[in-house]
Amino acid sequence: MIAFLKLLARNRMAAAGGIVLSFVVALAVVTPLLPLQPPDVTNTANRFLPPFSEGHLLGTDHLGRDLLSRLMWGTRLSLAVGAAAAIIAAVIGSAIGIVAGYFGGRTDNIIMRIVDMLMAFPYILLALAIVAALGPGLMNALIAVAAVNIPFFARNIRGVTVGLAGREFIDAAKLAGMGHGRILAQELLPNVVPVIVIAMSTTIGWMILETAGLSFLGLGSQPPQADLGSMLGEARSALITNPHTSVVPGLMIFVIVMSINLFGDGVRDALDPRLRSGALTRPRPATIVDRDNVPDGPGDGVLDIRALETQFHVGPRVYRAVNEVSLAVQPGECLGVIGESGSGKSVTALSVMGLVASPPGVITGGAVFHDGHDLIGAPYRDLRRLRGDKVAYIFQDPLATLHPLYRVGDQLAEAILVHHRVGKAEARARAVALLKSVRIPNAERRIDAYPHELSGGMRQRVGIAMALANDPEVIIADEPTTALDVTVQAQILALLDDLRRERGLSILFITHDFGVVAQLCDRVAVMYAGRIVEEGPTAEVLAAPAHPYTKRLIACVPELGQGRRELAAIPGLPPAVDRLPAGCHFAPRCDKAREICGQEPLPLARSGARAVRCRFPEEDIASQEDTA
Amino acid sequence: MTAALRLERISKTFPVGKPLIGAPRALVRAVRPVTLEVETGETLGVVGESGCGKSTLARMLVGLEPPSTGAIEIEGQQFDNADPAAFGRMIQYVFQDPISSLNPRKTVRQIIETPLRRLYGMNRADRAARISEIFDSVNLREEFLDRYPHEFSGGQAQRIGIARALAAAPRILVLDEPVSALDVSVQAQVLNLLARLKAEFGLTYLFISHDLAVVEAVSDRVAVMYFGAVVEIGSAKRIFNAPRHPYTRLLADSAPVVGRPLRAPEGKDTELPDPLNPPTGCAFAARCPRASDLCRRVEPELKPMEEDQLAACHHPLDP
Repeated sequence: MIAFLKLLARNRMAAAGGIVLSFVVALAVVTPLLPLQPPDVTNTANRFLPPFSEGHLLGTDHLGRDLLSRLMWGTRLSLAVGAAAAIIAAVIGSAIGIVAGYFGGRTDNIIMRIVDMLMAFPYILLALAIVAALGPGLMNALIAVAAVNIPFFARNIRGVTVGLAGREFIDAAKLAGMGHGRILAQELLPNVVPVIVIAMSTTIGWMILETAGLSFLGLGSQPPQADLGSMLGEARSALITNPHTSVVPGLMIFVIVMSINLFGDGVRDALDPRLRSGALTRPRPATIVDRDNVPDGPGDGVLDIRALETQFHVGPRVYRAVNEVSLAVQPGECLGVIGESGSGKSVTALSVMGLVASPPGVITGGAVFHDGHDLIGAPYRDLRRLRGDKVAYIFQDPLATLHPLYRVGDQLAEAILVHHRVGKAEARARAVALLKSVRIPNAERRIDAYPHELSGGMRQRVGIAMALANDPEVIIADEPTTALDVTVQAQILALLDDLRRERGLSILFITHDFGVVAQLCDRVAVMYAGRIVEEGPTAEVLAAPAHPYTKRLIACVPELGQGRRELAAIPGLPPAVDRLPAGCHFAPRCDKAREICGQEPLPLARSGARAVRCRFPEEDIASQEDTA
Repeated sequence: MTAALRLERISKTFPVGKPLIGAPRALVRAVRPVTLEVETGETLGVVGESGCGKSTLARMLVGLEPPSTGAIEIEGQQFDNADPAAFGRMIQYVFQDPISSLNPRKTVRQIIETPLRRLYGMNRADRAARISEIFDSVNLREEFLDRYPHEFSGGQAQRIGIARALAAAPRILVLDEPVSALDVSVQAQVLNLLARLKAEFGLTYLFISHDLAVVEAVSDRVAVMYFGAVVEIGSAKRIFNAPRHPYTRLLADSAPVVGRPLRAPEGKDTELPDPLNPPTGCAFAARCPRASDLCRRVEPELKPMEEDQLAACHHPLDP
């Protein structure tokens, strides 16, 4: 709640709207207590007095009634009617939407078609028809405005509910013995309330306008009772001769609706979880770089990551996602980076090409050398030229990386056209060749398919084809087979391995699966809480892990063919990267840890091809090197 | 001994493209008739790839989805009304995604109380006592009770999900990929907890997963599903070492294993059958190296091979 208010206050327009609105509402509330003249007493001798006349601050109207008093009472009435209409529309509309979204199927279909029919009428016509049927009067205008706005709420809430009704906690509630009524009221309603509030905050201004519109036409409040719309209506005939009578209520409507809309937008932005998590601030094209230490070039291998540090700055908190990570990929080599979720492996991969979203991401140190040049801090133009051309990515979820509305062939051709000046026909021919190279059957026909028409394995092949489009030197593959079935995973891994040997590609392969690393990678680096804890040739690391974490993690992985058994676990959880322990990050979970482990950080000790970051390693990698 | 769970030819057919009035455009058979028996105290593993119908089968077992045909019998009692509340006291479900299976706007206490209140109508004091008993057995501290789900890690949230399922005091737990959203170092914590709970409360498990190694490690028997049907069932010890169905062999060969060289275990352009346009005969025939004309014409039935191993194949592999 406090976070919500803070966010709201940070939005200046919303804060201004909120202040004006509360002032108007406060005035409306205290109106009966103020020493105002009676609003409905006519005095034709004093008609059309201009503003600032004695006793009439804002002048008088065509019947000599005090405009200030009528304005205050009218505002009070208009606000009350608008708010009441909004609440009625929200309650009925949300109830309809929630029921339709939860039950789905035929119920949903019938309810929503009726709502669609309501929406097919022009709203003001519908409101007029309702008032015509019920007869003029403020109450009836209120009913009409509420009825006209029900479809808006119903459709909004139904959309949200459909998404929620498919969630697992609804199934869990059914199994816990809750009936439909209880699920609607206790499980769904609390989750849609923020959406209802957002919808209300953006429509209440509109409803005040609509009520004023009906009153203006003489269908709302009846004389002598004043509301803002009827004041405007009555002043219309004197618009030219005595403009102040229409300007006063007109300005008030403007002020109310503007302030409500500004405030409502602020409420929406502050409540919407997507906007709250920073979607409002458009991420920059490349990660912000603010480095203290810049290692010297020119680097070693096709891609040399040196002492890379990437952090996320969220408010006062600093999340150290990547801490002094150094990795070098040689030509034609496959280097595996293995780690659990939150170990910083993906952020390392994204930092290479400046793809970490900024804000909140900041690269605070280190360098990434490619071809003798430092990619970190390179101008955006250079980065853009290299992205996808020399260094390409393959991501985990091919359904999310491919654009759903374009044919896969067009997306492949686009990737080629960005970097090469070739004709459309040539690009298409290359796209077909690429699809063939990733062994998609019927490539000529599949090139015109949309992503949803392909299976998961086929989509990931398209993702790989796209990465290969410009013959890159390095491919960074971020868990490319995690979302796939095992039989498909085996095919994709075999394909990647073939491609690497055919084309001399270097691959940085990020995964959490030791089996995959063992089969595909020449070398492996193990990450824990943002640091590399061990590195070395895959076979050696897997056969004789030196870091206690690596050893125990391997022990956790069940292997096929060992029958029923108790599995090893590592007690505890990885540390939160905004509160990292001073010394070894694994010390709190390590059974070999001594006092010193938790106190002082330790560098990665290198010995030949292997490296480990541990004071009391499981294997002495130095002596191993001697005997080898 | 009576079987804890007996399925008699249950199947599920979903309509596709249903208009407001009239018949649907097509029918998809998500689960073909399945007949299974699970003994009391047994863990039956169910493996298969995405879309093979294992989750639909599980949802029918707990009454979240009415079966199109067939009958479900739990401890000798017939359940054919698809009422989750009636099933709830006998059989409970642990979901794949631990966070999404907990209502984000309810405290842990409210979540765990619900089955006690709705299924058993317990009063406040009884509920508090039962909750602290359950929390103790799943190794969660009682101070967690007043927190909201987003404050927990995946492993903790999954233990809360297990606690909720246990609160209903069921005889059978259906575990739908209970560890696939968790990291390996945490996965074993949850699996070992499940093994202990099973012994403590005398539970029967139906353990669904796509991870063969995990299924093998926790199950007594394993059923392999492909395209909506059980194609092989047998003891966990034997089924992956000596598979009789070629699909089981393919699955076992595909799992990445340390020390095994990388190779694609089957042709590179194979594709899954289309559920809207199912093949006649054996659904696996198009991917199977042993397929014959017979396979493409006649759908094989599940037949006993040896001991307690059954496979649905015209040309089974040698043991």
